[in-house]
Order: sequence, then C-alpha cells, then structure tokens
Amino acid sequence: MTGITLYRKLLASHTVAVLDEQNILLFCDLHIMNEYTSPQAFTGLHQRSRNVLMPGQNVATVSHIIPTHPIAHRVIQDPASALQAGNLKRNCDRHGIAIFDTNDPLQGIEHVIAPEHGMIRPGMVVMCGDSHTTTYGALGALGFGIGTSEVEHVLATQTLVYRLARDMRIHVDGILPAGTTAKDLILMIISRIGAQGARGFVVEFTGAAIRALTVEARFTLCNMAVEAGARGALIAPDSATVDYVLERAADIQGAARDQAIQYWKTLHSDADAVFDCEHRFDAGEVAPQVTWGTSPDQAVAITEAVPVADGPEKLGMERAQAYTGLCAGMPMEGLPVQHVFIGSCTNARIEDLRAAASVVKGRHVAPTVRAMVVPGSGAVKAQAEAEGVAQAFIDAGFEWRQPGCSMCLAMNDDVLADGQRCASTTNRNFEGRQGRGAITHLMSPQMAAAAALAGCITDVRRFLKGQND
Amino acid sequence: MTEAHRIHGIAAALNIPNLDTDQIMPKQFLRGIDKSGLAKGLLWDLRYDAAGDRRPGFILNQPAYADTRILIGGPNFGCGSSREHAVWGLQQFGIRAVIAPSFGEIFYSNAMNNGLLLAMVSEPDGQRLMNEAASGVGPLHLDIDIVGLTVKSPSIHAPFSLSARYRQMFLENLDVIGATLKMQDDIVAFAQGYWANRPWVRDIASMTRRRLDTLWAQTPKV
Repeated sequence: MTGITLYRKLLASHTVAVLDEQNILLFCDLHIMNEYTSPQAFTGLHQRSRNVLMPGQNVATVSHIIPTHPIAHRVIQDPASALQAGNLKRNCDRHGIAIFDTNDPLQGIEHVIAPEHGMIRPGMVVMCGDSHTTTYGALGALGFGIGTSEVEHVLATQTLVYRLARDMRIHVDGILPAGTTAKDLILMIISRIGAQGARGFVVEFTGAAIRALTVEARFTLCNMAVEAGARGALIAPDSATVDYVLERAADIQGAARDQAIQYWKTLHSDADAVFDCEHRFDAGEVAPQVTWGTSPDQAVAITEAVPVADGPEKLGMERAQAYTGLCAGMPMEGLPVQHVFIGSCTNARIEDLRAAASVVKGRHVAPTVRAMVVPGSGAVKAQAEAEGVAQAFIDAGFEWRQPGCSMCLAMNDDVLADGQRCASTTNRNFEGRQGRGAITHLMSPQMAAAAALAGCITDVRRFLKGQND
Repeated sequence: MTEAHRIHGIAAALNIPNLDTDQIMPKQFLRGIDKSGLAKGLLWDLRYDAAGDRRPGFILNQPAYADTRILIGGPNFGCGSSREHAVWGLQQFGIRAVIAPSFGEIFYSNAMNNGLLLAMVSEPDGQRLMNEAASGVGPLHLDIDIVGLTVKSPSIHAPFSLSARYRQMFLENLDVIGATLKMQDDIVAFAQGYWANRPWVRDIASMTRRRLDTLWAQTPKV
C-alpha cells in the first residue's frame, strides 16, 4: 500500500460522508466571512428560515470596503459600502457570530487577523468567500476560497459539498539569495508553471528552501498559490509552525497541548506518497521578480526585459503589453512608477513591513511618487508603531494608513487613476484591478520600497549593497 | 431532448485567455447586499470606455449580438477572485452557457451552484469554435445538448465534459443545502466525535473572540 499525502490526510479527518466518486461532504473547522461576499448568503438563509448550524465556528471581518485614511475613528462615506458593513454586523449579531467590525482595534484583512490571533491551527479545514484563503496552508491547514452560494451552505451546515482535487508537489531546494523573498520565489514559480499550472490541484510545498522560510514568509507563498490556479496549498507543520501557533493560541493548555503537538506531528505526506504531478525548483536561481503584464504569471527577473510575445501564450502576452504600454525588449529596471503600494493579505504582515522599512530607513521617497503603507491589521499596525517601523516609513515620506485590503483590489476609495503605474506588493496585476487603466507591477515589499525611493522599478540589491558599504 | 435539456442561441466569442472575474464584474459593482443590478457591470471596461460611452466595436455591443446567450471563452475563463457576482452578472445579462477549454476553479463551482452551464471542450475544439465564430458573416448559432453533452455548430460537433453530479444539479435544479440538511444529524455526530479528539478547534471563533475581549478589557486605556 502506498503512503498518503498530507492533503488526503486532511480530507480523511474531515469527511462527514462520501457523496460520489468526485465529491465528499467536508467539515469546516473555521468559516471566515467578509462584508461583500456574505450578504446574499445570509439573505438566502433567512428567506428559507434556515439557521446557522454552528455559530462558534464562524467569524467575520470588515476588510474590503473599509477606508484606510489615517483617521482614528473610521466612517465609511460611501453609502452602499456603509450599508454592507452595517449589514454584516447585523447578520453576525443575529446569529451570534464573532466579528471584527469597522472600528475594532483588531480589525484587519481576513487572512492576516485569523492566523495572528491563533484561529488557524495545523490540521484544520478553513473556508472563506475569498480566493486567497489558500494562505492558511502555511500552517498545515487546508484553506480555500468559496463562492457566496457555498458561504450559505457552510453557514447552514458547517460543511461543503467538496469536489476532490489532485495532488501536486512543488519541491524547492537551495537557499534564497540575499535580496529575494518568498514573494520572488512564488512569482518565479507561477511564471514557470503558468496561471493555470496548478489548476485542479492542491499543492504541497516541500524542500529545504521551504523549511528555511519563516512562518510569515510561508503565508506569502501559499497565499499566491491560487494565482497558479491551485485549489489549495500546504506546507507540513514543523517546529516553527508549532511555535507560531502556540504563541498565539493561549487556550491550548495542559493535556490538550501535548495532544495537539502529537497530532500536528502526524501532519505530513508519507515518504512513499504519490503525487499526480511534481515540480522541482532551485531557490538559488531566484532573483528579485517583477511582473510586466496583466496576469501574475507574466513575471521576469528585475535584470530581464519584457519578453517577446510568442508561443502558446502569444495572444495574452500581446494583450498584456498593449494594456501595460510596454514593448518586447524594454528593460524592467528604470521604468518610472507614480505610485507604490505596500499592503494586502500577501505582504502586509510585520516581517514584510520591517523588511521594507529597512530599505527606506534614512532615505526619502522620490518626489514623483505617492507611496503608501497599509498594514494588514490593527495588531500589525500597533506593533509597527511600537517598533519604529511606522516612523521609518513616515520619515521617508510614505503615507502610514489604517488596515484593510485597500488598493489590492481598490474596492474602497484607494483607487488609481487611468494610466498610473504602481509598484505593488499585492497578488493580482489584472487589467483594471487597482483602477481602470491603472498598471500594476507585482513585487516584494523590499522591491516596492526601493521603487518608491528610486521613482522607478529598480533592483533592491543595489540598496542592500549600499547599506553594507 | 426537451427544451430544458438544451441551450441554443447566438454565441459571442471572447478570445481573451485568463479572463478573470475582476474583468467580468469589476469592484465598483460589488457594493450591494443583494444580487440585483449586475447586468450593468458585466465586462464593464470592455463594453464601455473611460468616459462611460459604449464601445461600438465590442462584440456584445453590436446589434446582431443583442440576444447573445452563449459565450465562447479562452483558457482559464473566470480565474481569480471568488466573487459569485461574476456568475450572477453573466446570467442577468442573458448568458446561459460559457464554452471554454478550462475554467477557474471557484468560478466553476459558482456557475454550477447557479445553473450557469460551463461546457469544457478540448483546446482544439475551443479554437475551432472561436474560428468559426470569427469567420461567419453573421453571428454563430450554437446548440448545446446537456444530456448528450455536445456543442453543435453548423460545422462542428464538439463533446464536452460535465460531472454526473453537476449535470444532475443543472437538470434538476437541486437544492444542495436542503439535501445536506437532511444529513444534519450525521454532521452533528461527526463534529462531536471530531472535537473529542481535537478539543482545540471547538468553538474556535467565538472562543477566540471572547479571549481577545477579555484581554482588551484588562488592557490599560490611555
């Protein structure tokens, strides 16, 4: 008998019933909601006089529409958005669901607040009406995004009719070079396997380079697995995972603590487990990455030029180059940006902010650039302020703002104007994502910080060299 | 084959790979608390220019395509954001089926939960349909047989795949939640057994919220 993968172990422990060859009824440990993909689910529930089956396994936060102006008491000016936020609060109160509301000091982006308060633990199944729920794989929890109909299903039954995915392993050996991060690694992987390279798969990341990543860097990696089409991403828990979780999960004490640690140790793929698809990469090959196009797989190393539109992706490449105003052969380095955005569920945790702050410290944002930092949560914001990270940004000329999703998807009032080019630490460079006609270049926090200083896309390694001289 | 088992009508080709749900339904149309009014936002940036004027060249703005019921899309149609608004918008616009070589995974589930048919054809068949749509004088008419699982054009007969479960959902308009609720006792029993071995996940959301509230109450305020 061959061994089984971590993904199959997580499914097995959460299978309430096998429905048919392709579908199981999957139990959900934690269901996270936001203000814009849940309202119609609650309405559907109410119309059929159905209840929330297990309110204690559900939590909500206002994250997408919330304004991030640096004003202490936040008022949502847009009437429709204000209605959405109020509606979420009413729905949660009605059903006894925990909420991190607009002016909660701990409010933040779903995928930042859930792990930072110990709500994500290895072995869990986590669902949320947001595609970046794959983030939680970093802690050995199976997280995935669902639609609003499925949100309603989870509210009513605490389960989901779940279509089985296939197993993929992405093995990364080697050591990430100085100046590169998990963001560069995942952008490189996506550019190699493509925007649908992992479609239909749950990806397990393995190898020395993955082990060497901090837990927060693993969040970045798993967060963007969905940009390769993955249904989920996983990293087997290790001592770093256990330390991270126990530090935040104060309720796990005594015998339960030993029991939990013992259980978490079993959460890995068996040595002889078979994957349907495998990829191998060498972290040593990773250079700082930057996207040139309108799909996250359209990325190159900072030292490279915009590629020639050719091969099977020719059509998409031509379309992307027309939108971004770039031609084949143009170097990425030196491309002027008018905006820099540091934030999002991909890159707005304390380590991201520290890394970016270390680049800007003692320097100043170029006069042609508007640069902003939107921390991932109230807790991240407070910590950055206590550590002097916030001050480093402010002194360098960055706007230091309130937490939220902000310009990652520009659903609030943080929207770019037509033709503006933005160096962004977010996860999607889709057409119009940050504003109609606006152009997004995805990169790491350090790279975005360097772009803010230089006024153009640049190689952060130059700045690191400067620091050592 | 009854009318319920087929979708036929004008098909418009959108030859755009990785057409993401941000493009299908942009952010400014996601601020509602109901499902209404989404036909307006469908493919907004493609249908309207920056000034808000209709782009006459865009296929869905052409009079001959006013009654489009089927879209022919490129690979990875509906990738990206989980927003179900993309599916609701397509349906409110009058689209009943999308034909493409592959679809974003969450979009796929969303479509099936709403009875929007996604017909996954082979890459060559997708390309042939795209070419046929582009080469004709007028709009291409397609006939999709949901029992026989084929897409028929005047010259092409393309099979497509659909899982048994989704075909049933589509044909019988299954109340999925209602069906699962019939298993409610099993779910509750499962949870009890599961929590007995993993007490640290029981009431994880409400318990965490209470812990944070207690901590906050104990924190000295400035």
